[in-house]
Amino acid sequence: MRRIIERDRFMTKQVFHVGNAAGFSTDRLDSAAPVVAALIASGAPSALFFETLAERTLAFAQRAKLADPEAGYTPDLEGFLRPVLKDCVAHGIPILGNFGAANPLGAAKAIHRLARELGLESIKVAVVEGDDVREGLRSMQVQAWEEEALFDVQRDDIVAANVYLGAQPIAEALALGADVVVTGRVTDSALALAPLIHHFGWTADDWDRMAAGVLTGHLLECGAQITGGYFADPGYKDVAGMASIGYPIVEVSDDGGLVVTKPTGTGGRVDTRTVKEQILYEIHDPANYLTPDVTLDLTSVQVLDLGPDRVQVTGAKGRPAPETLKVTISYAGGWLGEGEISYAGPGAAARARLAAATAQQRIETQYPGIDIRADVIGLVSIFDGDTGERAKGMQDTKWEDVRVRIAVNTEDQAVAAMAAREVETLYCAGPAGGGGVRRTVTPRIKTASCLVPRESVQPRFRLVPADE
Amino acid sequence: MNKASNMIDVPLREIAHGRTGDKGDRANISIIPYEAEAFAYIADQLTDARMRDAFAHRGVSKVVRYDLPALGAFNFVLDDVLQGGVNGSLNLDGHGKSLSFIAMSINLRVPAELVESARKARETNESSV
Repeated sequence: MRRIIERDRFMTKQVFHVGNAAGFSTDRLDSAAPVVAALIASGAPSALFFETLAERTLAFAQRAKLADPEAGYTPDLEGFLRPVLKDCVAHGIPILGNFGAANPLGAAKAIHRLARELGLESIKVAVVEGDDVREGLRSMQVQAWEEEALFDVQRDDIVAANVYLGAQPIAEALALGADVVVTGRVTDSALALAPLIHHFGWTADDWDRMAAGVLTGHLLECGAQITGGYFADPGYKDVAGMASIGYPIVEVSDDGGLVVTKPTGTGGRVDTRTVKEQILYEIHDPANYLTPDVTLDLTSVQVLDLGPDRVQVTGAKGRPAPETLKVTISYAGGWLGEGEISYAGPGAAARARLAAATAQQRIETQYPGIDIRADVIGLVSIFDGDTGERAKGMQDTKWEDVRVRIAVNTEDQAVAAMAAREVETLYCAGPAGGGGVRRTVTPRIKTASCLVPRESVQPRFRLVPADE
Repeated sequence: MNKASNMIDVPLREIAHGRTGDKGDRANISIIPYEAEAFAYIADQLTDARMRDAFAHRGVSKVVRYDLPALGAFNFVLDDVLQGGVNGSLNLDGHGKSLSFIAMSINLRVPAELVESARKARETNESSV
């Protein structure tokens, strides 16, 4: 009987809105305000999330934390939250984000500082932890990922190892009344599924609803990629207002029905095409999208145009989640050295080819066997193979403004720097008219994946007091 | 539909759009016809082997095509096409963000009317699916 009464209560708020304001850590900082304004205007119960944690981002965050124990969370945290924190708290719109990265507690403290600065007396900030398994990985029962060889967890150059946590601990943190929930590594989709679980009271084995919630997150997790970003192709897929593109909102019904939209007055577009492209973004087998919360089957999903900037998505099916959880391991990956120089005017491509060959010869002579690539940007570069076979077949005549790029991979930072420096020597010792040298030396992180038993991971959540 | 005189060769881009995603050294490329009528032509001609040929110079080792008739789309998964992926590639585009446009350049043989209706659908932003 009680269950039925609760059901009735939920029916009175049968549509929940989930907004997204970031799809990666260097996303636009002014995208959240229009989304929050739309969520408030709708009058519907809502949540807002920021997804700021690509695969390697956590490894760079761990390195930042090693250098400064207070650091290690998304550097732009304050920039993301300052424009909307006050409005979200005032209107009971919880904010969720994996912007905790390697230091969720540090992020929580920073959010409390920001809240005080904004005159917010006492906000509730929760952290979800337990994703960081770097310390415990060596004693876990690690299994190989797909067809990959089993990663050697005993090696000593591991920078970060994090389990992808699911939505349940985030939903439980919301149940503590959190205004902001800070996580480290969680699945991107969990940031959207969690407030749905919390709001509707969906049970963890209600697989089709879990699937609808994961799909909601998947649609939203890359921000503007569903509202015309990573989509516009003039003359083929025209998008107006790219400079003021609106970030997405999904309206979710208790039965798992989804409508994708965006704030009125913003640029961009939501149509069946933008939605279809995002549905399949980074999907492999569409019948088996594995998450800690559910195995999502996209094969019955359909989209329906409901009018301007409104698309209905139906047909997400769920099956039980896997017994194992995915761990991403980051380890030191050597150094990338890059140097670039431009050539323009008559004969530019021939001079660029000569420059590239000259630099490559000198680098390979000094460092035999080095992993090197030479491109002439403007002729063909990013489409080519590592040996430049497409470029070899190109005629030189029509290219009048091109740029040479030399790149090397090496374990030795000094070698990367010397290789990049060789490009700069082309100013005086290379072909005629070379200008605009830029060179960079960048540390690389490599990643590997493995699986661990679900029961070997203990997610934790708690409210962080303002004075901690 | 089967009148040979009406059949023309066009780049895939004239009848479909798509997007690349990456995970490690593996890319996926969605292929989404503008018009439902194009689905069968793509299913017939844009085979795993055809896609593999288009990416052979990048060392692709395996291509699998997944068909999604309900959604009106195809999903191609290409192994070892990213020259090491974003963590190891020396390519300026380590993610392979640009790669869908290699696929968009593949020629298919389709009825001229289909190309025309796809063009109109793009202009009006109507979708028949």
